[in-house]
Amino acid sequence: MKISKAMKPYFFGAAAGLLLTASVAIEGQFFGTSTTFPRFATLVLDTIGVDLSSTAFYQAREGSLTGAAFPNWQLLFVIGIGLGAFVSAKLSGTFKREDLPPMWVERFGTSVQKRIWWSLLGGTLAIVGARMAGGCPSGHGISGLSQLGLSSFIALSMFFAGGILTSRILYKGGQA
Amino acid sequence: MTLVIGLITGVLFGVFLQQAEVLRFEKQVGAMRLRDMTIVKFMLTTIVVGSVGVYFLSDIGIAEFSPRGLSLGSQIIGGLLFGAGWAIIGYCPGTSIGSLAEGRGHTIWPILGMLLGSIVFVFLYPFVVNVINPIGNFGSISLHGLLGINHWFVIAVLAIGSIFLFRAFERRGL
Repeated sequence: MKISKAMKPYFFGAAAGLLLTASVAIEGQFFGTSTTFPRFATLVLDTIGVDLSSTAFYQAREGSLTGAAFPNWQLLFVIGIGLGAFVSAKLSGTFKREDLPPMWVERFGTSVQKRIWWSLLGGTLAIVGARMAGGCPSGHGISGLSQLGLSSFIALSMFFAGGILTSRILYKGGQA
Repeated sequence: MTLVIGLITGVLFGVFLQQAEVLRFEKQVGAMRLRDMTIVKFMLTTIVVGSVGVYFLSDIGIAEFSPRGLSLGSQIIGGLLFGAGWAIIGYCPGTSIGSLAEGRGHTIWPILGMLLGSIVFVFLYPFVVNVINPIGNFGSISLHGLLGINHWFVIAVLAIGSIFLFRAFERRGL
């Protein structure tokens, strides 16, 4: 079966919608990924002996916000995304090694160090923002809006508002 | 069994994301720069099909759910912060993993950034819970609940609105 390039985002988007439906029917699980990041980070801290067990974060919801919740459905879901993307990229010949994103290089040059500092800042903003909002584009966007949640409608609008505004500043009004 | 099903679901989702080409920095930042709407097409199609699916399950009594709680403070402040970070790193949490698996080794930096941010969040947590979350907190509210109409009507509007948006994107070559 050959799907035209223009139809791909619609076709695979619809497939993802059916997958979400099946997941809810079979396991009662909606998609979400961002909670796994703090869980993994706290697991790393615990492993290297940093004791944060007295913090409110560790005590909230019987510790389920931390690595203590592993292994759970969402961890395996996130690992699966990596596996699926890898196999799909290899089989379709679209696996490509890249040291920096081309669009980033066009604007910020080839300094890897610059990308690292920006990534640490951006990554911090992204996960703090997602956890504060109660979800990321999969949790709030796909799962939350499929449930027609007002909170998710606002969150997704804000994700794009923040993104559009920031990219305008970063990439100077959209001109290359 | 839950774990195995989680893995299988993730693998399929990973394949769909990769095939739709939404794992790429250029597609993500391209949408925010209003140049390439690939991720919006993917996301909206998933949401429309997903909403029909999960509300069908709910109507026949197979699934039960209520939308995530509404807190204007959390969703507006958190949402804008996330958006700013998203524009900088060019990935969301889910797509960052997929992008790394697609060979884009540079995605390791945003992933480390998100793990660093996770630790920052551990310390911000009391502030978020006690100060941000109570701002405009209304609990779980759905769009149809707010408007006082049937959920299928909202889904129909969502679907028709998406189709008009998709036509506009295709006409403009986005």
